Amino acid sequence: MRPVKAFALAFLAPLLLAQSAPRLVPDVSQRRIDIVYSFTGAELLLFGAILYPGGRLPTRDADIAIVIKGPAEPIVLREKQKVAGMWINADSARFRSVPSFYAIATSRPLNTLVDDRTAAVYELGVDNIQLSPASGKVPDEQRRLERGLVDLKRRAGLYAEEQDGVQISEGVLYRARIHLPARVPVGTYTAETFLLQGGRVVAGATREIAIEKSGFERYVAAAAADRAFLYGLFAVLVSLLLGWAGALLFRRLR
Amino acid sequence: MDIYLPIAGLSVNAAVIVALGGLVGILSGMFGVGGGFLTTPLLIFYGIPPAVAVASSATQITGASVSGMFAHMQRKGVDFHMGGVLVAGGAGGSVAGGFIFRALQRSGQIDTVVALLYVFLLGGIGLLMAKEAITAVWAVRRGRPAPGGARRHHPLVASLPGRWRFYRSGLYISPVAPLLLGFFTGLLTVLLGVGGGFVLVPAMIYLLGMSTKVVVGTSLFQILFVTAATTMVHALTTHAVDIVLAVLLLIGSVSGAQVGARFANRVKPEYLRLFLAFIVLTVAIRVGLGLTWRPDDIYTVQVL
Repeated sequence: MRPVKAFALAFLAPLLLAQSAPRLVPDVSQRRIDIVYSFTGAELLLFGAILYPGGRLPTRDADIAIVIKGPAEPIVLREKQKVAGMWINADSARFRSVPSFYAIATSRPLNTLVDDRTAAVYELGVDNIQLSPASGKVPDEQRRLERGLVDLKRRAGLYAEEQDGVQISEGVLYRARIHLPARVPVGTYTAETFLLQGGRVVAGATREIAIEKSGFERYVAAAAADRAFLYGLFAVLVSLLLGWAGALLFRRLR
Repeated sequence: MDIYLPIAGLSVNAAVIVALGGLVGILSGMFGVGGGFLTTPLLIFYGIPPAVAVASSATQITGASVSGMFAHMQRKGVDFHMGGVLVAGGAGGSVAGGFIFRALQRSGQIDTVVALLYVFLLGGIGLLMAKEAITAVWAVRRGRPAPGGARRHHPLVASLPGRWRFYRSGLYISPVAPLLLGFFTGLLTVLLGVGGGFVLVPAMIYLLGMSTKVVVGTSLFQILFVTAATTMVHALTTHAVDIVLAVLLLIGSVSGAQVGARFANRVKPEYLRLFLAFIVLTVAIRVGLGLTWRPDDIYTVQVL
């Protein structure tokens, strides 16, 4: 072996070793989503490439799962029951960390991709989200309440599962569209991409997305929270002025 | 046209909200009521979170009552003395209401309590109004003048200690009575997002026995200040005042009120009152049914 070649090999060895497992290079169409007055929801495009060691495609099909999670928040879930002919809140449960938003897109139906254990570990699927219950309910009741919570979030468009939502082309490039509804909560979101092979997660990568109110909307929301007294006073004044100006205007018109 | 409400945290069709304000404005122009009892349930029905609906509707009523109050002021139709006592009671009521609102929110029973209050208050007052209006319509039909009814304050009011003279109202009664009345309507404003005119006006006539010339003006005076106080209470405690929503509602209601006021001049007052009674009863029945029907959402989430 010529010294130059030996040197090159020694130099490249760590890189080659690091490449023994496939790697994901993900990206999103928008790193930041601004909520302005005309916001009616947004469409996120998540795309990327799968890098295989040596550029060789594996013989087995690889699959992709993309999970977008909104900031987790502690909540109280209340359940209405019929009491004396009226539907009133009768039961409740606390959850310590409920993602305010959760959407998963997969290249094939989820139950064919991973087993239950893997799905639970990586929180794949709306039924596998870690909700951290904190009320000490009996398991049956806990399950009923959790199902109710997930169902409520699904119908509000805040939890979603998109089977076949990821397209993989040529085995290396993937992309998925995920819809964010108008009611989407603000905060820092994470977009996790998982490469699945033979029921196991072989690679993963995370990107962050910031969803913020911006401009006037941001200003109003911040004022209402931080300068509550001035905000209230301003609201009263605006209301008085509008009412007064309106009456004046109509008197002129007559 | 979709517009995003920064506090409610969702986007609504601006035209729908303005139209809703307009509809309520027409009614308020016709009957001299604030119309909060319609705005709040309709907003909640449209999908606005209840706390935001209640708080922003109070803000809207402030603006909606300005022009009416000025008009009555010019006709010397406002008893400032009486109004001051009512406002003092109302301010106390709205602060107390703020605490009750928070406590009910925490226990999860706010929606039920609000709905029950709506059913009983609107149902009771609607029935009273309907009965009164039907007798009046009956009398007019037979060619007799509408019964005036003896103007006298309730015996309970007379038993309260201390007496003040309220010149414009033509009363010599204890200030405790209007103070309590103001307190009660202040509570209602915070809890229900209503001005309280539909409680205040009958109570001023039938309980206090005030001169009818100053009843509407004085009630508008009280509503203006108490809804303003309520906006402050909500801004400081629930942070639920959505200024964009309030402005949209106001644009509709200020215009609607002009239309309503012209329409009111052409219709006999007895029929007008009968129609108002009908609307009030319809809202009461609808809210009542809403309690007994199986709701679409059995579950609700409250962020801590």
